[in-house]
Order: sequence, then C-alpha cells, then structure tokens
Amino acid sequence: MRIGVPAETRAGERLVAASPASVAQLIKLGYQVDVEKGAGTSASFLDEQYEASGATLVDTEAAWSADVVTCVNAPTQEQVWGLRENTTVVSMMSPQSNPELLAALNERDATALALDAVPRVSRAQAIDVLSTLSNVAGYRAVIEAAEQYGGMFTGQVTAAGKTAPATVFIIGAGVAGLAAIGAASSLGAQVRAFDVRPEVAEQIESMGGTFVHAPEAQQEISADGYAKPLTEEQQAAAMRVYAAEAAKADVVITTALVRGTAPTTITAHVVAGMRPGSVIVDLAASGGGNCELTVPGETVVSDNGVTIVGYTDLTSRMPRHTSTLFGTNIVHLMELLTPGKDGVLVLDLEDPVQRGMTVAHAGEIMWPPPPVSVSAAPAPAAAQGPTEEELAEKARAEAEAAARKARRRNWLYGAGAVAALVLLSFADSATVQHLTVFALAVIVGFYVISNVKHSLHTPLMSQTNAISGIILVGALLQIGSDDAVVSTLAFIAAAVASINIFGGFLVTYRMLGMFRKDA
Amino acid sequence: MTLTSLAQATYVVAAVLFVLSLAGLAKEETARRGNILGMVGMGLALAATVVLSLDQSERPVLVTALLIAMVFAIGASIGTWRARTVEMTQMPELIAMLHSFVGAAAVLVGFNSHLTEEADPVHQIEVFLGILIGAVTLTGSIVAYLKLSARMKSRPLTLPGRNWLNLGALVASAGLLAWYLASDSIVPLAIMTAIALLLGFHLVAAIGGGDMPVVVSMLNSYSGWAAAAAGLMLSNDLLIVTGALVGSSGAILSYLMCKAMNRAFLSVILGGFGTEGGTTASEGPQGEHREVKAPEVASLLAGASSVVIVPGYGMAVAKAQYPVADLVSTLRHQGVTVRFGVHPVAGRLPGHMNVLLAEAKVPYDIVLEMDEINEDFPETDVVLVIGANDVVNPSALEDPGSPLAGMPVLEVWKAGQCIVFKRSMATGYAGVQNPLFFRDNSAMLFGDAKTQVEAILTELRSRDGAAV
Repeated sequence: MRIGVPAETRAGERLVAASPASVAQLIKLGYQVDVEKGAGTSASFLDEQYEASGATLVDTEAAWSADVVTCVNAPTQEQVWGLRENTTVVSMMSPQSNPELLAALNERDATALALDAVPRVSRAQAIDVLSTLSNVAGYRAVIEAAEQYGGMFTGQVTAAGKTAPATVFIIGAGVAGLAAIGAASSLGAQVRAFDVRPEVAEQIESMGGTFVHAPEAQQEISADGYAKPLTEEQQAAAMRVYAAEAAKADVVITTALVRGTAPTTITAHVVAGMRPGSVIVDLAASGGGNCELTVPGETVVSDNGVTIVGYTDLTSRMPRHTSTLFGTNIVHLMELLTPGKDGVLVLDLEDPVQRGMTVAHAGEIMWPPPPVSVSAAPAPAAAQGPTEEELAEKARAEAEAAARKARRRNWLYGAGAVAALVLLSFADSATVQHLTVFALAVIVGFYVISNVKHSLHTPLMSQTNAISGIILVGALLQIGSDDAVVSTLAFIAAAVASINIFGGFLVTYRMLGMFRKDA
Repeated sequence: MTLTSLAQATYVVAAVLFVLSLAGLAKEETARRGNILGMVGMGLALAATVVLSLDQSERPVLVTALLIAMVFAIGASIGTWRARTVEMTQMPELIAMLHSFVGAAAVLVGFNSHLTEEADPVHQIEVFLGILIGAVTLTGSIVAYLKLSARMKSRPLTLPGRNWLNLGALVASAGLLAWYLASDSIVPLAIMTAIALLLGFHLVAAIGGGDMPVVVSMLNSYSGWAAAAAGLMLSNDLLIVTGALVGSSGAILSYLMCKAMNRAFLSVILGGFGTEGGTTASEGPQGEHREVKAPEVASLLAGASSVVIVPGYGMAVAKAQYPVADLVSTLRHQGVTVRFGVHPVAGRLPGHMNVLLAEAKVPYDIVLEMDEINEDFPETDVVLVIGANDVVNPSALEDPGSPLAGMPVLEVWKAGQCIVFKRSMATGYAGVQNPLFFRDNSAMLFGDAKTQVEAILTELRSRDGAAV
C-alpha cells in the first residue's frame, strides 16, 4: 500500500508528518511512501533526503490520493474531496469539536484515525502525539520566556556585581509542565511548580523543580491521570497560591488545559500584582488561555509592563524535532496497524487503542468511542485489593503480634539471664572468670566479623577454620601424659588439628594472593 | 616468672593477634596482613604450648618431644599438600572436611580431659558439652563434605518426624548428662557421643544441597564453640577466646546468608527445604524459550556498551571462570563496560564466586554485590547468566506462591537482553521453574558453560582480527 505525506497547508505551519528517518522505517514495514515535493522544507528536511530514504516525490494531488494519508493537521473540506474512496486518513482531528469534518470523511467512506484521540494507556504511549507535542511546547515556552525576559536565567556573581537567578513558576505538571521545569532549571532558573494533583510532587522534584505545597488547594490522587474539576474552596485556595507565587516570579508558565478547555488561573488582578518586566507564557492559549489578558497567537504587554506570550504554534516553532518525533509516533502507529509487516493495513476494532482513535470507518461515524479503562494511576489495584480499613486492621494485628512476640522474647531473655545468674553463682570464681572472657570474646568476634566484606567470606571461613585448630593446644598439653590411652587419643587429636592449622592458613594465603585490584 | 606465666602472657599476645587477623580480613587491601598476623599468633601460641607441654611432661621429655614433632610433621605434610593442590571450585569440600577435624579433636580432647582430671560438676558439664558439640560437628561436617563432593545425594533426607528425632536426641543427652554428673562414669559419656554423632549426621543429611553454604558456615560456628568448650574444660583462655571468635564468626555468616535468602535460620537448620512447594511449583508455567548460538551472543556482546555477568554454581562446576575472565578482559579491551553481579548465596560457600573470579584474575573492583548492581540492570545492554538459576528467578518477586517468594534476586530481566548459559532446561536447587527463561528478552545458550564461553571468545577475537 502507498502512504501519502502531503505538505501542511495551514498558515504558518512548519511541521511535516514524516521525516527521512521515519520514511525509511515505514518502507521497512512494507509500504511505499509518497512525499509531496517541498513538504519538509520548512522543517529542514530536503526533498533529496526523502528520496535517499526511499520515498517517491509526488505532487499535491498524488499525495492526497494515496491509500493511507498521514498529516499533522486535520484535512480541510477540499482536501477531503481530494481523497480516494476507502482511504485511511491519519492526523489530528479534534473529533469532539469538529463534526463537519467527520461527516465529510464519512461521506468519502474514509477510515479516519484521530491522533489526538489515542487512549491514554501505557501501551499507546508510543503513538500519543499529544505527549510529543506537549513536550516540545513545554520546552519552547521556556525559550520564548527567556527571549522576552530581560535578563539571564542563571544567577551570576561577577566583578561587575551579581545578578539573581530568575524565578520561574509553572502551573500544571503534565507533560508540558514537566518539560518546562526541566528546560528552565537547566538554564539555571529557580523553578517552582504547582499542580492540583499532589502525586506529581515527585515528578516535579525529579525534573529539578520545587513543588509548591498547598494541601487546601490540592485534591485526592486521581484515578485516570487527569485533574478533576476543583471544588469551590479548592478553587479559591488555588487562586491564592497562583497570586502569591506569580507576584514572586519573573516568569510564569501556565499549562492548565483540562480536556481542551483552559480554566483561568491568572486573573488580570494577578497580572497587576506582578513585577514589571516579568513574563507570562500561556501554553493553553489554543483553548482560550489560562491568563485573562492572553490574546491567542500574539504577544501583548500589560499596563504594568508584564509581557504575556500567547503563541499557539509553539511546536511549529521547533519544526525539526517536532516533525522527527511526530513521524516516529506515526511509525509506531503503523507498526500496530501492520501486524504482518507486509505493507497491508489491518484495523482491529477489538483493540481498545485502535478503536479509541478510529472516528470514522466503513461509512459509520465512530465518535465517541466506548470508555477505555485507563491505567495511568494505581487506583484500580487499590479498588480490587483490601480496603483501607482492612489494611489498617491488618497492620494493627501485625503490630500486636510483633509486640506479643517482643514481650515473649523479653521474658525469655529475662529468664535466661536469671538462670545464668543462678548457675554462675554456684560455680567457682575461676570458671566465672573464664566465662567472662568467653562472653567478651563473643562480643568482640561479633563486631569484628560484621565488618568483613561479602567477597572475603570464603577466606574468612578458611582463616577462622585454621584458627579453630587452636584446639591443638589442648591436645598438646595432654600428649605428655603417662597414660597410654590418653597419650594416643591426644596424639590423634593433635595430628588432625595440626592438619587444620597448616591447611587452613596456607589455603587462605593462596586465596588472598588472588584478589587483585585493576591496575 | 615461671614458664606457665610466660606461656599465659604469650597466649594473650596470640589472642590479640587473632582478633587483629580477623579484623584485617575485612578488606581486600589488608586481608593478606590479617592472614599473616593469624599465622604469627598461631606460631607464638604453639611455641609456648610446646614448651609448656615439655615442661609438664610426665614421661621422658624426649619421647614427648618426638611425639610432638611427629604431630607437626603429619599436620604440615598433609595440610600443605591439601592446601596446594585443592582447586578453588572444591573449596567448600575442603573447608567442610577441615571442620570435621576440629570436631574430632574436640571429642578426643574431651575424653582425655575426662580421663585425666578429677570430677567436679562444672568441669563435668564442660566436658560433656565439648564432646557433644564436637561430635555433632564431626559427623555433620563429614556429611556436608560428602554432599558437596557429590558422593552423597544432595537431596534432603526427610525421615518422618525428623524434628522430633532431633529433639529426642537432645532430651536423651540431657538425661545422660544427669547420669554422668551423678556417676562420673565414662558409659553415659560414650552413649551420648554415639547419639551426638547420629544427630550430626541426621541434621545435615536433612538439609538440601542448595542450603549448603549456610550449613558450612554453621558447622564453622560449631567448630568454634567446640574449641571454646575445650578451653573451658582445660581452663585455657586462649582456647576460649579463639573458640568464641570462630563461633560468633560462623554464626554471623550463617545469619547473613539466611537473610540473603529471606529464610528463617531455624527453617534452614531444621532442613527439608524444597519438599513441600517444590513438586507443585515445577509444574508451574512453562513457555516457549528461545535458543541462541555462540556467534550470535558474540555479535550481541560486540555491539553492547554495558555488560553484566551473573555467575552461579554452574560456572564453578564447569570451571568456566578462566574463559570468563578472558572474555571480560577482551571485552574491556574493546571498550565495553563489564561488571559482575554476585548474589550473596551464589555458589556453595559465602563468597565462593568472588574467590573463583579472583583465582581467574578478575579485578575485584568490578565484582559487585547484588545491592550495588541491581539498580543498574535497566541501563545494561546484555546480561550473561552463567550457571545461576534461582538467584535470577523473577518469581521470587512476582509470584507470592513460589517457594522462593520474598528472596531478593538479581533483577536481570530488566536489562536489554539476557543470555542464560545452561546445560538443559532443568530446574535449579530449589526445584522451581524459572519464568526468566521464557521472557521475550531472554535467550538460552545450551551446553557446557566453559565450551560456550570459549566459543564466544574465539568468535570475538576473529572479528577483532578481521577489523584490524
């Protein structure tokens, strides 16, 4: 089958749905790939590079009439008319807000796979273009902020005085937020981040950010990995956090986009409280913006000198890498759809991932898909497992058992000590002295041996074995007895014990000679 | 100053040297010195004892001197011969054998002490305990030796009511002690010795081959306690100190090993492991395993940047440590990072693998312990599992019903590719099927480990030559 890669037509779009590298991988799956001339130019992929990877260069019409058409943005009505019947279209489609497109695709009997409707299960992560785009957007947001911000992100102490590091406050620790945290902290900024989901604290810290704790504004651990709408009290508390943090920050990056809609996090009032010269980058501008003053697609400056960046094409501003990653997502999707690796696309609607992204197929509109059980959070396991009360009950029982055991042990030790005391008080003082030596030697032995490295345990054992041949001393002292029996027994004992001594020490010596460090 | 007080002073020095000797063994850098200090201590102690013994001799001094000289001649010739010729793979057997000697000596010294010194209850108890521990050590070590050298089946011997048998033996011994205290006759002592010999035999026979490392270190501990008991009955502080050192050393080693296997010490000692869960578990999930040949492994290794080798008893059996060491140096020469991951209970002695690798001149700083290397497996390209099985079994972590459940294992399946060297698809000592073999990123390389490693090495070298 042929895969067509047309050039993107949306104004200002610089992305392309395939890179030379991904073309080669698609060909490996058995497909022919037709790339429209000049499709990759704005992403710095030249036509010759595509040709070198095995693609055929074609004109616009041919690219749209392939068996499978892959593009970044949803096709326009005219482009849909240019499709052949029964074509498979792979692109982002915003199916929830684009019923006309679905209807048009359906009229052409097209199979439409929406890349932005991939279910969020771990198996589908490799084809989740939203993660790819968010990641790039988060990085780019920091770059945009750095351009607008009139200073260095890293703090410096120079002969001409010192500059403080920039404080970057990031709202929302999704993929974009985390990427922004990483980028900002690697530029040297102090990064603080807030999310209504308390479980992301660890992820924030792993990227180099500081998690802003505000328990009253944060909700319970979520089941599907998405934030839930906040209660009114939580909402109010969160707004207070935003205001307080924004006032201290040089750069604020907002990423709150809950299922396509952007809640307001930075009100005009908050902007008024920020320092002149500080920057807000609104990653949710495409959904209307998290900041009340955001103008989608533009950069504006507020009355008090705060720059508000509302670009909606952040990913397109890094066309090279975005296209590379996007192309790889498509390759992963085609791997899933080409089980035979023979260039024949097979759609399996039983597979929840494939079903989830199929919005039209065989003359039928398939949106919305049935709900998919999501594996983002450990919640399902908790639901099946014992409840919290049972767990607490179990823990209590275990603690009680341990305490009982400890009590019993203490009693045993006590009884043992008393018994030892009684016995010792009957023994003569010489024996008690010997026992004292014995007890002290056991303790010394315990501490000395505890320090021995595992790798030396075998030499240790043969050395202690040699040393325990010291019993020879006892046998030697008996050997001079005038009783023949005693003398014979002592002789045998001394002989075997001395084998022990010689053998043990020498073999230890031999072994230790082998241990060497790398020269 | 009498000879006796001089000897006592020498004993103190010797005891201190022994403590320093064991302390020196803590690190590779100082281990050699520790060994020498032990020898010096032993030399001093024996010299003092010989002088003392000649001084106290009830016979013509010359006869005693001759006897002592013969003792040392026997000990030196046999001991040196064994120490020089033993192969490092047979270390466990040798050590088990030597333990039995200490046990035998303790029994004989105990009887002598009974014969030569007059009876008082404290002394009688000491004699009794010394012989009991010595006899258990003697037969226990012999059984361990036979099992380790495969002259006896390593399967645990499970007599009905075996724990009651052991308990019965101890109770009978307690009864005999009372009789002995009352009569000071040698008869109860002899009966007890017979019972203790049987007890030692039965105790170790009931323990499976996989638990032998624990048994050997436990016997090490017993031999120490036997020496300490002998010291108490002879009122000799040097024997007491040394015995206590050795005893606690063996006890700690056994404890560490049990912890590494996540088993209770008592359940190892009481034996019979692998009899309950083993049979059902071996019927567990089977699957498709993938087989590879040496050349494929060679190309895999040539393309890797990080390799971890997990050795096990199988490497010792095949004596594959030398080709493995060559493989390591070849790979390192080509710029591949190679390290070893050693599980605490790999082999048949604690630290057995380390000794074998050291013998083959593998630098000890690339031989890492389980805890040091487990985190690195996800970043490792290739893992070679050479003759290890249970210590890399993922069901220890994933299957709560497995007999290995809860035992910390080397998480080799997290690496990019895992090659398992094995003679066949048979199960390990625990008798548990290993799901590792059926994982997607695992492949089996069947055959003798030594031959296979050599084949890989030849392949790698020919490539290297071709490249130059």
